[in-house]
Amino acid sequence: MASVTFDKATRLYPGSTKPAVDSIDLQVADGEFLVLVGPSGCGKSTSLRMLAGLEEVNDGNIFIGDRNVTDVPPKDRDIAMVFQNYALYPHMTVAENMGFALKIAGVNKDERAERVLEAAKLLDLEPYLSRKPKALSGGQRQRVAMGRAIVRQPQVFLMDEPLSNLDAKLRVQTRTQIASLQRRLGVTTVYVTHDQTEALTMGDRIAVLKDGVLQQVGSPRDLYEKPQNVFVAGFIGSPAMNLFSSDMADGGVKFGSSVVNLDRKFLQAAHGSKITVGVRPEDVIVSTTPGDGLEIEVDLVEELGADGYLYGHATTQGGERTDIVARVDGRLHPHAGEKVYLLPQPGHLHAFDAETGVRLNDAAAIG
Amino acid sequence: MSSSVAPADLPVPGRSDRDDTSYELAQEGATKTKRVKQRLTSRGATIAALIIAVVWTLPTFGLFVSSFRPEDEIRNNGWWTIFQNPGFTLANYQDVLLSSSASSPQLGSYFVNSLAIAIPGTLFPLVLASLAAYAFAWIKFKGSNALFILVFALQIVPLQMALIPLLQMFSLGLRFGETQILPGLPAGNYAQVWIAHTIFALPLAIFLLHNFISEIPGEVIEAARVDGAGHGQVFFRIIIPLALPAIASFGIFQFLWVWNDLLVALVFSGGTPDVAPLTQRLAELTGSRGQEWQRLTAAAFVSLVIPLIVFFSLQRYFVRGLLAGSTKG
Repeated sequence: MASVTFDKATRLYPGSTKPAVDSIDLQVADGEFLVLVGPSGCGKSTSLRMLAGLEEVNDGNIFIGDRNVTDVPPKDRDIAMVFQNYALYPHMTVAENMGFALKIAGVNKDERAERVLEAAKLLDLEPYLSRKPKALSGGQRQRVAMGRAIVRQPQVFLMDEPLSNLDAKLRVQTRTQIASLQRRLGVTTVYVTHDQTEALTMGDRIAVLKDGVLQQVGSPRDLYEKPQNVFVAGFIGSPAMNLFSSDMADGGVKFGSSVVNLDRKFLQAAHGSKITVGVRPEDVIVSTTPGDGLEIEVDLVEELGADGYLYGHATTQGGERTDIVARVDGRLHPHAGEKVYLLPQPGHLHAFDAETGVRLNDAAAIG
Repeated sequence: MSSSVAPADLPVPGRSDRDDTSYELAQEGATKTKRVKQRLTSRGATIAALIIAVVWTLPTFGLFVSSFRPEDEIRNNGWWTIFQNPGFTLANYQDVLLSSSASSPQLGSYFVNSLAIAIPGTLFPLVLASLAAYAFAWIKFKGSNALFILVFALQIVPLQMALIPLLQMFSLGLRFGETQILPGLPAGNYAQVWIAHTIFALPLAIFLLHNFISEIPGEVIEAARVDGAGHGQVFFRIIIPLALPAIASFGIFQFLWVWNDLLVALVFSGGTPDVAPLTQRLAELTGSRGQEWQRLTAAAFVSLVIPLIVFFSLQRYFVRGLLAGSTKG
């Protein structure tokens, strides 16, 4: 068991001028489940592969525990990795697949069999131990890949989108299994995904990356409640946060004809006369009284049973159209073509600098 | 921004799209192969294949029948008249294999020579080429591409062009000006034949095995490296088992080539009966004036036995779908 530290780790692919991973500073505590999340091409997989030793580190250092592993080959790092496409050894049985690392490490046959059996029990793989991977279903293959990592009892688990090849139902199931398994084993885990729901449900902490740059690290609650910038605000949460630019008013920000209060010191910190405001769909008050906030024309209401999602658009003074999503009651809700008025719930307004995209309100509280 | 966000319980747009297209491609490929299969299994195609098979096997069959006919019959009429001129004898086989008279071919010892040439002449290039193919495919080093192209280009050099320089190097050793780098090899030695066969086989062997080995999914090799395997263990425990079909097929071709080779053997065996293979003996078998040509049929069949055994015993390694189940899709 060990902590993991990225110290200004950078990866620059040959022939490109922009680093795929740009001096990332990140600490993962011993036993912690950290999720790296971001859109495709953001460098999350590259970061994980750098930690695994499969990708060169061009600048900076990576530590596992107190050991600098920057130039240590993967085989000596004492890590186990679960690959996106499972990467099972096709010519070996499930038991041989799981025991391969132990065999290489020179563990004797009896202990090997014992540890493989133990892991197989944990993952309900006992009946399949003598099968070859091609005789397994996708979910079973995924569990074998997990088992191969567990048997090792490594310092760190690395998982590269292990659920992306499973069907929707199995993905939700396995998600919970992996998270509880990790908590039971207490092994430090770095988990890569592009799916923010996976990130929110599994991680102790989440690190959001974009274009190789670390945007924010924090607990799922932190990221949801206090996104540090516009990118994180739009990425975390589903449906995504409504983000639009709005004029500053005296002591607040305009929502149609209303003004929502915002502390003066935040307004002073902003560049220019506009700020970007964000409201989550679940944090809006929808009113049918004219003048109660931003005017929205309803385009469509999606009914999901208990809740409904209202899709509409606001037209700003400049004639610009802004799409808006709001959660409404599933039974009593406005209908398409109607006009409604929208205000954020008190304390749930996110304000960002229109130029830099950096969060303005309560920024100090996050640290 | 909302487009980059997808709830877990919905299929992720980007990925599932990609899978769909690959699925469609696979579908398209499947129907294509199906069409080809249908065409190949039609009645006309079957008849054509049968005719080709018969035409190709007939001479061998004739040879086989002839090898059991008495000398006089062989000299006077063709094998297809076997029913009008019946006769059966094992004398030809006895003559080529067992007879100890000075004029008889005494194929037995040449048979052993041929094995002693063909087995190392197959194993050496296979071992070297699979190692080289792994290095070219999976170890990044400077100039690996250029080196690979160079090796591949060596196939252009005709074997005949290298015979004299190689022979010179074997007899005098490798020299650079006045300095001797490698000593020469004694004449009439198996080593010369082995090295020559290995050298001539390597370019094609490396190319073929490289193509196969580079198709092994990279994630499998990375998984092995993370599991603690070094290059040696990756090679022996992952690459070799997975590349077995390619290794077996190249093994068969190389063995047949070496077994049937006359030119290289003639040049490098030094003409001694201790080293000369079966083919060399077959060429002089009929006697100095060609008067003993009834021996040819029996001798040809003796030399055919080993290639047949090799082919049938190695063909079980031609397994398809060896990589199935390793990765998704």
